[in-house]
Amino acid sequence: MQLIKNGSFVQDEWTTLADDEALPVSGPIIVSLERFNTEQNLLLARDGKLGIRLKSGQEPTPIAPYLDRLALVALEFPTYRNGRAYSYARMLRDRFGFKGEVRAVGGVLRDQFFYMSRVGFDALEVGDNITPEAYADAMATFTHTYQPSVDGRERVLSLRQRLAAKANSQTA
Amino acid sequence: MYRYDQFDQQLVDERVTEFSGQVARRLSGELAEDDFKPLRLMNGVYLQLHSYMLRIAIPYGTLSSRQVRKLAEIERVYDKGYGHFTTRQNLQLHWPALKDVPAILRELASVEMHCIQTSGNCIRNTTSDHHAGAVPGELEDPRVICEIIRQWSTFHPEFSYLPRKFKIAVSATEHDRAAIRIHDIGVQVVTNAAGEIGYEVWVGGGLGRTPIIGKKVGDFVPREDLLAFLESILRVYNMFGRRDNSYKARIKILVHEIGVEDMRRQVEAEFAEVKARGALQLPDDEVARIQKYFAAPAWENLSDDVPEIDAAVAKDKGFGEWMRNNVSTHKMPGYSIVNVSLKPIGLTPGDCSADQMDVLADIADKYAFSEIRVAHEQNLCLAHVRKRDLYEVYQALNASELATPNIGLITDQIACPGLDYCNLANARSIVIAQRLSERFSDIEFQKKIGRLHVNMSGCINACGHHHVGHIGILGVDKKGVEYYQVTLGGAADETAAVGDIVGPAFTEGEIIDAIDTIVETYLGLRQDGEIFIDTYRRVGVQPFKDKLYATH
Repeated sequence: MQLIKNGSFVQDEWTTLADDEALPVSGPIIVSLERFNTEQNLLLARDGKLGIRLKSGQEPTPIAPYLDRLALVALEFPTYRNGRAYSYARMLRDRFGFKGEVRAVGGVLRDQFFYMSRVGFDALEVGDNITPEAYADAMATFTHTYQPSVDGRERVLSLRQRLAAKANSQTA
Repeated sequence: MYRYDQFDQQLVDERVTEFSGQVARRLSGELAEDDFKPLRLMNGVYLQLHSYMLRIAIPYGTLSSRQVRKLAEIERVYDKGYGHFTTRQNLQLHWPALKDVPAILRELASVEMHCIQTSGNCIRNTTSDHHAGAVPGELEDPRVICEIIRQWSTFHPEFSYLPRKFKIAVSATEHDRAAIRIHDIGVQVVTNAAGEIGYEVWVGGGLGRTPIIGKKVGDFVPREDLLAFLESILRVYNMFGRRDNSYKARIKILVHEIGVEDMRRQVEAEFAEVKARGALQLPDDEVARIQKYFAAPAWENLSDDVPEIDAAVAKDKGFGEWMRNNVSTHKMPGYSIVNVSLKPIGLTPGDCSADQMDVLADIADKYAFSEIRVAHEQNLCLAHVRKRDLYEVYQALNASELATPNIGLITDQIACPGLDYCNLANARSIVIAQRLSERFSDIEFQKKIGRLHVNMSGCINACGHHHVGHIGILGVDKKGVEYYQVTLGGAADETAAVGDIVGPAFTEGEIIDAIDTIVETYLGLRQDGEIFIDTYRRVGVQPFKDKLYATH
């Protein structure tokens, strides 16, 4: 497993805890939603960054009130075919304004990096076969996009409008 | 029709490059078939019984003559010289080699075509009325909003790994020729009291194992909000649609399980959020830009009375039949809509040879503003033909077996490729369609029967729309033997209904006689002015059951 964060291959500083694993005194940890629900006070009071890992089927609305105290939300793809978490990521960014890390874990194919980045994932857990070149290739597949999303890319519609405005100002 | 601008073209070109890379990785073995599968499926490449199949998108069923010539060329160079038009207005090539697919995609891109999202669990090609822009009573050309939907749905980052495939259709007249109520989303163009254009939105229609007619979830969505509304439906579906069982993964099952009221509530809540953000609001200038592409052709000021055509009808019986059955009323005086039958007696429904396509392109250039449409009934259409040219058009079509005068009649069947091609099929469809077509080939008898839609599928996936045929035939497999189950009373239009199963299935040897019995029973029962579906709705399934199983 490798971690790509904001386009760079980096060391993962986070520890994902099993539900029955003892809490380390410090350091960033990722826990399941179930554990967060039962040990919320303890986890939020703890010294060290906190992340929650959501399974497919656990949409993010219930954790919305805590997002300002979370540094990471990991969204699980049980298989690459299960695309629920694309909507979860979009909601985290778009609706709840989450600024922390949104990490894709599980079935993450290189052919999906681009879409994932578009809906708000800034961190991807990927297989060891993924090279920086493969990542760069995948991200450069498309120059333009039709849909507004959360990646800040200028979409085709506004490019068209700018072109039209320019043409108008030249003929005016 | 719509033309790509630099951005549309660049996207399609980049897609060709991407998919070529994926094919190369597959051919080199770097990509296993399992990992390649969702990628090829997103690009219309299926693995069938005998070879790969490539499904080419024909957005809302509109083609230029230039595109048709290119398709003919591709059929000749990379396939066996023919293609198959589908119920979703697409074209399938049944024999391409995987290694050739990148080259085919490059050829397609050169005429602004592609295979994007013609399969896979994503938003598929948006379909519409093949009479768009030509038919009387249309509120607006539905292809404008179809093109807007095409762009919004192309490479949608959030909705490319849905629980299951997702189909959208748009209709802009009261009479629905696009079968919107059997789509995941059906959009009906409507006007409000102020005369403004808006959209009625239907959700959760679909066929397959669990045929369900769509339910209305939007009564009047203003044009500027339509994409936001669609996005809201898709988000609810993507998050809550079932993923545990692919047979229960379509949106129709979600709507069925939570109920249409809850669906409506969830969609409205989501819509309020999406609308508030404003990013998907459709600007008037973009609508106007796309409308321009669908502007009416330069009509001539013509009389609707064309004596020379009346004379030709009187003189040439075949032309008369064709005029009665294959030509529809156009909104402009002096023009007609010409429906081109791809159902010659005894041949495969929906197949079209490269030579026929070249002929069609020539006819379209000469007589029909260079435009050719695909109908979901697997026929083609020339939308704007001057009445005075009809006899010449007929003769040109007839010379290439494209003038079978059976549009809407019993031999104008919808049929999937079935077991001859498809690895999902349980039974053959084509041979049954061919035999049925031969049995009822007498045009006088077909006319006597009147409008009657026979739809046939080779398996429960229902690609041949059997549930919504007036008569539906479903191929099933019983211990290695092909059987055919019959449904009656289905409809795909604004009176959409799922047909009733008439009783135990028939063998291959019995099925044509069974259809014959159904037709004879109807002819015995019908009252003045009724077509099959009217009689069926009046008398129900019982009289048919009695006749069919009396001797069994």
